[in-house]
Amino acid sequence: MAAARDTGLGAPRAAGAAVPAPKSRQATLWRRLGKSWQVCIGGIIVALLLLTAGTAPFLAIADPTQPDILARFAGPSHAHPFGTDNLGRDIFSQIVYGSRISLSIGLISVGIAAAFGITLGLLAGFYRRLDNPIMRAIDVLLAFPGLLLAIAIVGALGPSLQNAMIAVGIATIPGFVRIVRSAVLRVRANEYVDAARAVGVRDARLVVRYVLPNVSSEIIVTATLGMASAILFAAALSFLGLGAQPPTPEWGAMVLVARNYLDIAPHQAFFPIAAIFVTILGFNFLGDGLRDALDPRLYR
Amino acid sequence: MASYIAGRLVQAVPVLLGVSVLVFLILHLTPGNPALVVAGPDAPPDVVRDIERTLGLDQPLYVQYGRYVARMIRGDFGRSIRSREPVLGRLLDTFPVTLGLATVGVVWTTLVSVPMGILAAYRRNSLLDLSTIFAVLAGNAMPVFAIGLILLWVFAINLRWFPLTGYESLRTLEGWRHIALPAITVSSGVIPLLTRLTRSSMLEVLHQDYVRSARAKGVRETAVIVRHGFRNALLPVITVIGLQFGGLLTGAFITESIFSLPGMGRLVVQAILGRDFPIVQGGVLLFAVTFVATNILVDVGYAAADPRIRYG
Repeated sequence: MAAARDTGLGAPRAAGAAVPAPKSRQATLWRRLGKSWQVCIGGIIVALLLLTAGTAPFLAIADPTQPDILARFAGPSHAHPFGTDNLGRDIFSQIVYGSRISLSIGLISVGIAAAFGITLGLLAGFYRRLDNPIMRAIDVLLAFPGLLLAIAIVGALGPSLQNAMIAVGIATIPGFVRIVRSAVLRVRANEYVDAARAVGVRDARLVVRYVLPNVSSEIIVTATLGMASAILFAAALSFLGLGAQPPTPEWGAMVLVARNYLDIAPHQAFFPIAAIFVTILGFNFLGDGLRDALDPRLYR
Repeated sequence: MASYIAGRLVQAVPVLLGVSVLVFLILHLTPGNPALVVAGPDAPPDVVRDIERTLGLDQPLYVQYGRYVARMIRGDFGRSIRSREPVLGRLLDTFPVTLGLATVGVVWTTLVSVPMGILAAYRRNSLLDLSTIFAVLAGNAMPVFAIGLILLWVFAINLRWFPLTGYESLRTLEGWRHIALPAITVSSGVIPLLTRLTRSSMLEVLHQDYVRSARAKGVRETAVIVRHGFRNALLPVITVIGLQFGGLLTGAFITESIFSLPGMGRLVVQAILGRDFPIVQGGVLLFAVTFVATNILVDVGYAAADPRIRYG
């Protein structure tokens, strides 16, 4: 799907036209990002999500944990835009507050994965001696297909939202290690790294000032796509009862409760599912779009 | 070929050892005294000490690990804390259900993804292609449990075409009616990926010179697509189909829970909720070993199909 893009730089100019002032790298980058429909749609969705999470107390029309037995299973109406659930709680308010939980899950899990993954990836890529042991350890983690590792970790730590975040974080580490390691191997082959070494730059400084900035675009893309998969994994764990516990308005946990009332109140499952879907779509679009726009092979 | 297989098996040994360490640690990572978790919070101290001795928890960690590996090799996975049944027996009872689900899932994934990917690539930028791309994007953002619940709601609750839950042997027609919705659910996580891969692999091949040559010498269009195009696009597709078997295995956790299938995924989830550690350990180990074994099979099959891998 990664169709070749017009970079805007190689376009032939009309004869005699004034040569425009050279644009900064950053300005070009922003223009490329602005031209990508994926970045635009993804960015808008993620921005709305951040806004919802930030203003949740003002947006919510009711206390998301306040039951109202008289108003159980009410369909969408003016008073309850998304209806009410099996305990008469307002679903709209639960979804709004749930955005805070999903975003924190994503940020914390990806934070854990990035902290360990980037460090290990840098070490493996930079020091030949460490490469083999680190990558063999990663192979062991990869022997557990995706969700299984997270399930095993939750199995050890016990089911809770906090443990689900840790589990998803650890399960996301291998992706970061691989991306960062291969990026470091690529960057390391550049002459400016040799030059920096030759003038006596220390390893730590070399990594932070020369290597890290050059692998930053890969890290940003991995983190953005990682947000999507982390939220998806955590929702799946909660749906299995292994993550957030009721009455926490986590979207996956909401679907878990709603599945018992699928025949009488399908809307109770529909809205949290829709919320997960839109959120994942947003982060996926943003990540894919960023990858296309930041790809150094297209950046000429 | 034999040396390739042997080499691939040797490579798997350290991975499996690492897997066994991780699974062994499941019980020891648990906050608090594992014996207390096993015995329950209100157990008298002498019962807890007794369990510590039977589980070997009074020994140093490396001794415990050594004993653990020795027991695994003998096929002794311990007993369930809840039901006192041997763990291996429980796992082997449920394993065929999960394996059956994953296998039907692989077949269904292939039947849907490969033709969809080929057609999308062949009619590039057509309405069909765009809707395929759209379906792939949407499918990627849809959790497996959501697909399962939607299928359940539409086809089992409203239309009543399929049974709600339960499992029957696949030797009967009823068994196939029971497995249909779960199989579609479990493959929904993999279909977008495989479709996208088939499409891009096919697009690449269709631009090759030999496809143009085939057309130029007047080969029929279907033969061009199938014999010249698809056969060459197939290799990466096969690899991914095999690798996605792992994705299908984990999809089983969710799918089996939704459709109440008596498989290994549901067993492990219930064991985690019930803090039944021997079953969790055994189940996770069996899942990981199955996954590693499938990967080896895929690699060997791939090497058999493409000599470049073996000697490359």
